[in-house]
Parts: sequence; structure tokens; C-alpha cells
Amino acid sequence: MTERLRVHVDPDKCQGHARCKALAPELFELDEFGNAHEAGDGTVPPGLEDKAWLAKSNCPEIAIDVIEE
Amino acid sequence: MSDVSQPVAHPPVTDWVHDFDHTDPQWTEDPFPIWDELRTASPVVHTKRFLGCYMPTTYEAVREIANDTEHFSSRRIIVRDVRPEVARNAAPPITSDPPVHKPAKQLLLPPFTPDAMKKLEPRMRAICNELIDGFIADGKVDAAARYSKYIPVRAIAHMLGIPESDSDLFIKWIHMILELGIKDESKLLQAVQEMSAYFSAHIEQRKTRPTDDLISYLMNAKDKEGNPLEDSHVLGSLRLLLIAGIDTTWSAIGSSLWHLAKTPADRERLIAEPALMPTAVEELLRAYSPVTMAREVVKDTEISGCPVRAGNMVLLSFPAANRDPAVFPDADKVVIDRRENRHAAFGLGIHRCVGSNLARMEMQVALEEWLKRIPDFRLDPAGRVTWSQGTVRGPRQLPFLLGKAM
Repeated sequence: MTERLRVHVDPDKCQGHARCKALAPELFELDEFGNAHEAGDGTVPPGLEDKAWLAKSNCPEIAIDVIEE
Repeated sequence: MSDVSQPVAHPPVTDWVHDFDHTDPQWTEDPFPIWDELRTASPVVHTKRFLGCYMPTTYEAVREIANDTEHFSSRRIIVRDVRPEVARNAAPPITSDPPVHKPAKQLLLPPFTPDAMKKLEPRMRAICNELIDGFIADGKVDAAARYSKYIPVRAIAHMLGIPESDSDLFIKWIHMILELGIKDESKLLQAVQEMSAYFSAHIEQRKTRPTDDLISYLMNAKDKEGNPLEDSHVLGSLRLLLIAGIDTTWSAIGSSLWHLAKTPADRERLIAEPALMPTAVEELLRAYSPVTMAREVVKDTEISGCPVRAGNMVLLSFPAANRDPAVFPDADKVVIDRRENRHAAFGLGIHRCVGSNLARMEMQVALEEWLKRIPDFRLDPAGRVTWSQGTVRGPRQLPFLLGKAM
């Protein structure tokens, strides 16, 4: 059984670089100001794990957590 | 104005670590070895020039300062020879600190989201092709003067709702403010006055005839108490959008083309794998970040273990941070498929560039349309590449030969 991943954006750190939305559009959404939050409850559907890690490692503000559940 | 200063002569630098000068010709020509030398010496260096100025040299030191608005103010954002009085509503939000900053920034953000930029993309592709039509038959071109320069200026003119044909006027003001103005206060003031008069006229027109553009958007915007913005705030924001939106992206597109002219392998790969373009754009932004910002130290503190004293300026070099090998393996190489890239080309912290989504779209479109029409090009050995001096770095002369080498 592979572990499930969940992504979370810290709204106090996010400055709207929108890198996560560009790299993993299925996992993140932007508000009217262009700031990001996780889509739904942040659960990463199977097959999108790489994109979750990619989004985390490209966030200039280190605002994204990938939680292994 | 009583504090108009005369241009100051800068002696050549012989000791970069203790006497750096970002306006020195050596820095303008090739700053990368200088930054490496400074970074090896200390995470923060100081110069007595510019009435006293620090420079963080590592990614971490740059991040610390960008995130510390208590000790580092944005009321002055260009390191210059003079420190004239700070104007109110100079150019919000870039010259604002908390708590004034956030509402001013939030006002500007909605028109610049990635979705908003998608709507502009078709016009941008058309602009790029119109520009290419103008020189492709010549077999050679100065790509800075005839291509990269006009893409951002037309884009921002299009968004603001002012004539794209006024482009040369905007380019002149920006040169006076960002390059000549560093050493000659009178040029800066003249440009700001001309620009304010120009935008005031556009604001007046829209009071009787509202339009569907960014100027009308700002005129209709309300502050957090629900009141319309003062005219000085609207003017300051318009000046900011014009200044910040033009030679920055001009530089980024120019540096990217310069790299591709010298690197046929990257060109061929981008043509064969167009899906790689967004990743390549991020890497070109990292390696050739155009924008260096500044802060003013308003309270004594310590950065990366180095004491920092109030009253000095700080040259906040995002370009140098992006070359820090502690964060970016092979930092001095352009790796167009670099997967992990937390580059700081658009700044870090609350002052993240409002136009970052616009700049990215412009770069991507400019490079895609160029490569579609001009897959082969190289530096013209008979010409000379020149670079802008000061706060924004990019090629100002970029002579290319177009087509396959014989």
C-alpha cells in the first residue's frame, strides 16, 4: 500500500508567485489576487505525487507542505 | 526643488569587497565573477559609495532582508548617489511598507493574475509577429532595439489603454529614471514630471469618458474605507506600472535571446520539445534575472551574522542570490530543464513583483514566436553587445545575424 499525500499552502507565506499552479494545476487554485491554496482538502490523487513534490520544491516562499499520510 | 544634485564621478573600483559599485563598467559588462568574489568574502558586504550601502551576497541573506520589513524599508528602492526627501505616494505599493503596503498591493493584483494574462496572449503573439515582419527579410537585426524593447512596452500600453504608438516616449522616460537618474537627479525629476503630466491628461479624459482599461480600473478602485483613491495614488501606481513593466521584461527577453544565440543546442531542444519552454523560461529568469531592488536600513540589526547599521542603503540583488551555488547546483550554468528552481527573480516576500505573470507570459510568447520564425540565429561578429547600467540588467544592443551560418 503506497502512502497517500496531501498538499497544503501556508496562506501567511504565499505571495502569489503561482509556480504551484503552473506546475500542478490539478492540486492548486488561485484566488482573485493570484494567491494559492490547495484544491479541495489537498489530497493528491494517485499519479500526481511527482507534481506535488515539484510544486513544493519550486515555491520561492517555501509555503507548500507535502504531508505523507 | 532644492536638492537637485549634479552628476557624481565614480572612481573605478579596485577593491570589490570593500568598495563595490554596481554602476562600475566592469559590473555592467560581467557582474557574475564579481558576485562570486563578494559571496566568498562575506554574506553581507559594504561600500562607502552611495552614502553607505550594503549588499547581501547569498540567497539566504537576500531572503532574510526581503522578509524583514521592520529593519528594512522600501521607501527608497533605488541605490543612488543622493537621498532626496521621500515623496508621499511615490509609487505605491513598491515604495510602501506595512501596513500601507497590503491594501495598495491588493488593488493591483486582480488585473495581473495568470488567467487575466491568458486573455492578453493573442495580442502579444500578434505584436511579436508584427515586430518580426519588420526585420526578418534583412538577414540581420539589433534584437534589443527592434524586438525585445517593444514587446513589454506595447503590452503595458495595451493594458493601460494608452496608444501603443507612444512607446518611444515611455522608453525615453524609463531610461532617464533608471539609468541617467542614478547619477543625475535632474533627469529623473524631468522624466517623472513629464510622465505625471502625460497620465494626468489620460485621467482627465476618462473622467468624462470612462474606458475599459487599467487606468479606469484604478480610477474606480476604492481604498479600504471605501473611498476613491487620491489622484496622486493613481498617478503613482501608473508611473510604477509603466516603469516596472518595461525595461525589466525587455531585459529578460533580450538576455534569453542572447543566450539562445550563443547556444544552438538549447535552441534546437526548445524547438523539438516546445513543452519545455515554461521550465526554460524559469531557468533563464534565474540565470539572467534583470532586477536588483533596494531597501533602506531604518533600524540596526544583524543579517547572516553581519551587523547592519541604520542610515545605509541595501542593494538587494536578486540576480546575485540566484547565482548562489549553495541553493542552485551548477549555479553558473544555464540548465534549461532544471527541475527544482526556487529562483527569486521576481523578489521574495510581500513585494513579489505584481507583473510576474505578465512577464512570464511575455517571455514565453516572445521566445516561442521568435523560434517559430527564426530557428537559426547568432551574434553578429561585426557588432557589439552592450548592457544597461544600474538597477535593471539586460542587453541594450543585441546584433544578430539571422538564418543558418554559411
